[in-house]
Amino acid sequence: MDFLRPDTLAEALTLKAQRPDAVPIAGGTDVMVELNFDHRRPAALLDLTRIAELRSWDADDGTVRIGAGVPYTRIIEELGERLPGLAMASRTVGSPQIRNRGTVGGNLGAASPAGDTHPVLLAAGATVEAASTRGTRLIPATDFYLGVKRHALEPDELITAVRVPATRAPQQFSKVGTRNAMVIAVCSFAVALHPAQNRVGAAVGSAAPTPRRASAAEEFLSAELTSTNQWESPKPLLDSVKRRFGELVAEAASPIDDVRGSAAYRKHALSVLARRTLGWAWQDYSGKVA
Amino acid sequence: MRVNVTVNGEPRQADDVWEGESLLFLLRERLGLPGSKNACEQGECGSCTVYLDNTPVCSCLVAAGQVQDREVRTVEGLADGDRLDPVQEAFVEAGAVQCGFCTPGLVVAAHDLLDRVPQPSDPEIREALAGNLCRCTGYEKILDAVRLAATRKAAPQESGNR
Ligand SMILES: Cc1cc2nc3c(=O)[nH]c(=O)nc-3n(C[C@H](O)[C@H](O)[C@H](O)COP(=O)(O)OP(=O)(O)OC[C@H]3O[C@@H](n4cnc5c(N)ncnc54)[C@H](O)[C@@H]3O)c2cc1C
Ligand code: FES
Ligand code: FES
Repeated sequence: MDFLRPDTLAEALTLKAQRPDAVPIAGGTDVMVELNFDHRRPAALLDLTRIAELRSWDADDGTVRIGAGVPYTRIIEELGERLPGLAMASRTVGSPQIRNRGTVGGNLGAASPAGDTHPVLLAAGATVEAASTRGTRLIPATDFYLGVKRHALEPDELITAVRVPATRAPQQFSKVGTRNAMVIAVCSFAVALHPAQNRVGAAVGSAAPTPRRASAAEEFLSAELTSTNQWESPKPLLDSVKRRFGELVAEAASPIDDVRGSAAYRKHALSVLARRTLGWAWQDYSGKVA
Repeated sequence: MRVNVTVNGEPRQADDVWEGESLLFLLRERLGLPGSKNACEQGECGSCTVYLDNTPVCSCLVAAGQVQDREVRTVEGLADGDRLDPVQEAFVEAGAVQCGFCTPGLVVAAHDLLDRVPQPSDPEIREALAGNLCRCTGYEKILDAVRLAATRKAAPQESGNR
């Protein structure tokens, strides 16, 4: 096995082009488990932790660009105001030790259907920035997840950043698990209000082969809120609207039965999470507009 | 491969390190520092917790090659010579140690908490220690130990003569 230790992004991209079989390692919280248990024996590891470019974030033009190597702890401490949904999801990841190391780049690279940042990135309308020696391209989160642990990166590409629209509008994330720490989601849900576009974003996690948007639920609620002029003058949401939203979210999922929960439980739980998180987000929005 | 790393303030070097091995293995098997414990090797138990550049991490999830040129502080590096750190002292006095396997990781996690938050609330203590499992104590004495250490650190003149 080789251990490749680039100091700059340019070096890393050259190495990845020469060695497409090299497995990137950032926080190592997924990669090292696989190595420790001999589930994976890559020909080379490509350490990304020395690359300063990947460890910073910046904000401009209403977008926050988060380097792929920024750990969750920093997202929580530094970006909670601008990216409420992502910060919320980050708070639920693993334990303090895991959040000190784990990164959004690694969550995307692993592309687990249960990864906690995915529903938030989908609901918020984020874009994944991928780079190679051939150039940089932007992949909408919606197009990034291709299957269970499969994503849209080419073998010579690295994730350099994720771009998330900054917002003052409410976002919520919720996940179901057995305790508050160290929980792989049984199912998870994120909702993001986009008042400037008269639109609602919603996405489910751990309830299908990939994280995915609940498009029918998004369209139903966006149309409902817009047609009743509620973006300008929000009123308490009707129970029937919340219930329908929850049903459509559950319908977006195609979960399986597994050790963490049954498919039926997941669908039910998703409709509850959707109703509740929407209730919180809407209450928050109404307070802000008033 | 060769790895150069500062451990507990001293420059150390290890040769013939396997590229896929963990910082935990490097510390225990190559550098003679068995304080950090190996229980799960998957980040679930926290018994391998060490400081990496002043941030607590699970050393079983850090690749040995990633610590090149960096600073690691293990539980062995907390005491000042023969004088235990107030957190270590408090764990002994509060009876927070039974089999002791979880203790090094908990001590490092608690040490970090009190550095950041000198007077933590109970929820803050629980949150900070959520990544450390103990199968013996039931955690109550561990919470006692952290509260005791916080009190001791706030009034350093009263500690020391036990
Ligand atoms: C105890 C424990 C608890 C956990 N709890 C949670 C949880 O609650 N929620 C959750 O979502 N996850 C959880 N995880 C999984 C893991 O922590 C996250 O997926 C984390 O975001 C991975 O980030 P990392 O930097 O450690 O990734 P790494 O392990 O370094 O990498 C993960 C994958 O991404 C690839 N990769 C990394 N960076 C890049 C890049 N820049 N470009 C291309 N590919 C890249 C790697 O090659 C690898 O395939 C947990 C893990 C452990 C061990
Ligand atoms: S041995 Fe590292 S967390 Fe359990
Ligand atoms: S004292 Fe035995 S595991 Fe904690």
